[in-house]
Amino acid sequence: MSLAHEFNALLAIAYRDLLKFLRDRSRMVGTLVFPAVFILILGGAFGAAAQSGYQFEFQTFIFFGVFAQNMWQSSATGIISLIEDRENDFSQAIFVAPLSRYTILGGKILGESLVALTQGIVIFVFGLVIGVRMAPSQALALIPVAIAICLYGGAFGLILMANMNSQRGAQQVFPFLLLPQFFLGGVFTPVDKFNPVLAFLSRISPLRYAVDLMRGGYYGSVEGSAGAVLASQPFNLAVMAVSGVVFVMIGTAVFVRKERTR
Amino acid sequence: MQAAPIIKVDGLVKRYQKAERNAVDGVSFDVAPGEFFSLLGPNGAGKTTTISILTTTLAPTGGRVTIDGHDLATDAAGVRRSAGITFQTPSLDRNLSAEENVRLHAILYGLYPWRPTYRTMPAAYRQRLGELAEVVGLGADIFKPVRTYSGGMRRKLEVVRSLIHQPRVLFLDEPSTGLDPASRRDLWNYLLEMRRTADTTLFLTTHYLAEAEDADRICVLSRGRIIALGTPAAVTTSLLDRYVLLGATDARALRNELSGKNIAWQEHAGGSPYVRVAANESDVHALLKAIDTPLTMVRTVLPTLEDAYLALVERDELDLGATSGPAGIVLGAPAAPNGDGVAVAKTRAQPVAAGQ
Repeated sequence: MSLAHEFNALLAIAYRDLLKFLRDRSRMVGTLVFPAVFILILGGAFGAAAQSGYQFEFQTFIFFGVFAQNMWQSSATGIISLIEDRENDFSQAIFVAPLSRYTILGGKILGESLVALTQGIVIFVFGLVIGVRMAPSQALALIPVAIAICLYGGAFGLILMANMNSQRGAQQVFPFLLLPQFFLGGVFTPVDKFNPVLAFLSRISPLRYAVDLMRGGYYGSVEGSAGAVLASQPFNLAVMAVSGVVFVMIGTAVFVRKERTR
Repeated sequence: MQAAPIIKVDGLVKRYQKAERNAVDGVSFDVAPGEFFSLLGPNGAGKTTTISILTTTLAPTGGRVTIDGHDLATDAAGVRRSAGITFQTPSLDRNLSAEENVRLHAILYGLYPWRPTYRTMPAAYRQRLGELAEVVGLGADIFKPVRTYSGGMRRKLEVVRSLIHQPRVLFLDEPSTGLDPASRRDLWNYLLEMRRTADTTLFLTTHYLAEAEDADRICVLSRGRIIALGTPAAVTTSLLDRYVLLGATDARALRNELSGKNIAWQEHAGGSPYVRVAANESDVHALLKAIDTPLTMVRTVLPTLEDAYLALVERDELDLGATSGPAGIVLGAPAAPNGDGVAVAKTRAQPVAAGQ
């Protein structure tokens, strides 16, 4: 088993996911519908109801929140398809291949990240259409940020997926784990004025760091954006890197154990 | 000298979590290189559990398994390289074309570097794919989406996929399930041809006893234990006799004559006018010459593997709870594909007198 073999296998597993996405028309359409609803309708509503005192423009604030949330969530939920694979027994065929389990799950995370990035491009173009303005240098700076967010979403999806037994169970539990994070993670509204309990829950929401990393990438060089960004880029990245590695380690160990020990 | 076994299973045990008994309960057998070995048994006998352990998708509770010299416990990757698997349930990706399924598999087994399209794959891959697709009769359909495939085509594709890395052992877990008779015949023609040319060891589990008739040896499991192991012919003849079915217009005279001449006979079935007389090939002629009553029907009946299998399973179920260990038969030397009728105390099953 060589490194080149593992690397090629990782690419092949990732590419399979991307191909599946590009061939799924309804999923392609869904890519744009949900973020558009969030940004246009919720953006307007929350913007109107928001407390004054912020200098930044609300629709742009929400756009970057949804942009990050969507890629993160797409990558996380994409990993759940491994459960579907397991139910269809396709994963059997992958799991009997002479490969490291890390390669298999790493390929899955990379593949779902590629899918999420593709979706991100669509949402980004949508943002430009509705009037989000940025310099080319700002747009370029968002590329590594988007990649980090996708990979982090995949890591989060992995630890959840490893603890789920069926696709149906996953579909029931996922909303409970994702929806609160939309608010605690500050996708639609700033979270700097939370009471201590909500502030604590916000701090343990993985999505918060992904969203803040995205906003940091955009607002870092924008005047009058006080309150839009919570923490520095290195801090957000460090939290994501450390927790992401922990998610992958535990997720892989649990998944492999459950695969073989029945 | 015989070659070392390619599959060696010693005292294999599997107990599922929260289960009350072992799904596989101390199973031991060897399979020789190039042998066609078939695992039989009723539902729940432990066939799929055994094959799942052998193919590394399930961890055993106890025992030792080596495949092609690789120990399952310490070198699962080595086992995986040596094995090809056709799963009981379809394991193809329906979102991809057949070729994409095979390509993914080939890259996962480290045969070729990853490339995004068929055309950019190495020539060696394209040639091998073309050969395999041609041999199993898929031809140009290999580029169509799997979701457009019939059940038979999917099975063939799974076989193509499991063979692309030229495994030493091919595991076939009920490969004919859901296939019509013509597709089943095509599949087996191909598998047996492939075995002849590439000397691949075949390890089959099946419910179709006719498929197992072609095996070098069969192993019958019941309730997680081996109840018979040997060549199909040896297992069959050890359990059931050949007999001649006789009928006469004067049924009573025939019975009286047989009894008078000390020829053992038994009623064929309740209410049937026919009688059965046990007779080997050499006895048939002598038997007919000895009978004076005019006969209206003579039929030599050879028990099939299916008859023997049903008798075995029935007997084992009757034994349930009546004995501490299973009554079993073990026939044929483990590493001799064509070995014949030699009782070997290789398993925990107790060899018993064959037949009757």
